[in-house]
Amino acid sequence: MAQTHFFVHDKEDHVGVAVVDIKAGEEVNGWVMENDDTVTVKSVNDIPLGHKISLKDLDQGTKVLKYNVVIGGATQAVKTGEHVHTHNLKTLRW
Amino acid sequence: MAVTKFRGYRRENGRVGVRNYVAILALDDISNAAVEGVASIVQGTLPLPHAYGRLQFGEDLDLFFRTMIGTGSNPNIAACVVIGIEPNWTNQVVEGIAKTGKPVAGFSIERNGQYKTIEMAARKAHEYVQFATELRREECDLSDLVMSVKCGESDTTSGLASNPTVGVVVERVVEAGGTAIFGETSELTGGEDIVAERCETPEVKEKFLKMHADYMKLIEDQGVDLLGSQPTQGNIAGGLTTIEEKALGNIQKIGKKPKVQSSLKEAEAPQSKGLHFMNSSSAAAEMVTLCAAGGAVVHLFPTGQGNIVGNPVIPVVKLCANPVTVATMSEHFDVDLTGLLRREMDLDGAGDKLQDMMIRACNGRMMAAEILGHKEFIMTKLYPSA
Repeated sequence: MAQTHFFVHDKEDHVGVAVVDIKAGEEVNGWVMENDDTVTVKSVNDIPLGHKISLKDLDQGTKVLKYNVVIGGATQAVKTGEHVHTHNLKTLRW
Repeated sequence: MAVTKFRGYRRENGRVGVRNYVAILALDDISNAAVEGVASIVQGTLPLPHAYGRLQFGEDLDLFFRTMIGTGSNPNIAACVVIGIEPNWTNQVVEGIAKTGKPVAGFSIERNGQYKTIEMAARKAHEYVQFATELRREECDLSDLVMSVKCGESDTTSGLASNPTVGVVVERVVEAGGTAIFGETSELTGGEDIVAERCETPEVKEKFLKMHADYMKLIEDQGVDLLGSQPTQGNIAGGLTTIEEKALGNIQKIGKKPKVQSSLKEAEAPQSKGLHFMNSSSAAAEMVTLCAAGGAVVHLFPTGQGNIVGNPVIPVVKLCANPVTVATMSEHFDVDLTGLLRREMDLDGAGDKLQDMMIRACNGRMMAAEILGHKEFIMTKLYPSA
């Protein structure tokens, strides 16, 4: 089994979670927990263990899915492989 | 197949404890010195000092009495001495605890002074230690168990690994006829509809949603939002970005199947088996204290970045799946779930590992937080005293 760099909760999700420290420019493999599928993306940034990586190009304002549920809105456009965190994702609650 | 039997203390009212304390409970802040005085001269006693108990009123006072009486009534306590400044409220707490049938006595300081009170209370505590140390454990199973769950200093590994592992054990305990309590009202924001759909009846659902809405209104009424507090700075460092993301990880702890049987007030004891929601703060020590007052005898506490909370009355089983956290603060953990992130184990296997450690905790093995001396007895206060 090739190394797994990130996990994805649901096949519909826009983001995965790094389970190792990821370096910018790496080809990284994700395990989709829901259907045991594998996805591969090229990382744009360094992404520390536990932080999120974008699996799709997202427009500003996109309602971002994790667990196939909305976890917030993209505050700027996000490219596939980018680090997703407080600089580009914000709660819709407060 | 994980172990389902454990050896516990069956109390006078049939409920089962997993520890066997003689508690010296302070009624109020100014009685703490007497409580500590008794505990320092009577070996085998557990002092329970705290910060409140004077000039509380209304719902806050009701919660104070529920917490006091609930804590003293917890099946992990074999016998209880209550010390207060005056006899009236002291006796209210003593009478509440006495309904369990366990030995309990109250002492008050006015008209006696601290030294005389300590002597009287110490002589009673001495008898209680003799009584408690002759009690023996007997075989019990998961249906006898009241457990509680709450996570802290969560990160994304909590939602991926340690929280769903707790969910596996909660499902098994509920299926076996046991009882589980969860809460953390503000921290369900973003997943509140998912919890609402899991409520057994429309009444339970309506009450849950009202508790959640009221908690949100309380925060808004302060003219602020929780940006910067929820998620916490530790959560954000661990990769959690929003309250919705944190909530969706949080609710993994209640598994996928069990229905919510009731929506309890803070420190209220469940009246039936199964899964129950308790309205509560998401602050670790407050929440575990409320669960213990509601009758939980063991607590499962998953963490990502490393919350180190414990409780004086109930063992807190600490589990973690973040390899950096486990490597840097290993003495705080009872169950290492880092294998889940390396795909070396699956959730069922992780559930077996956690369930086995919970049973060992129930059999008397001291948990890391107990060995490290964590005795956070922290009462929830609803508003200022008069």
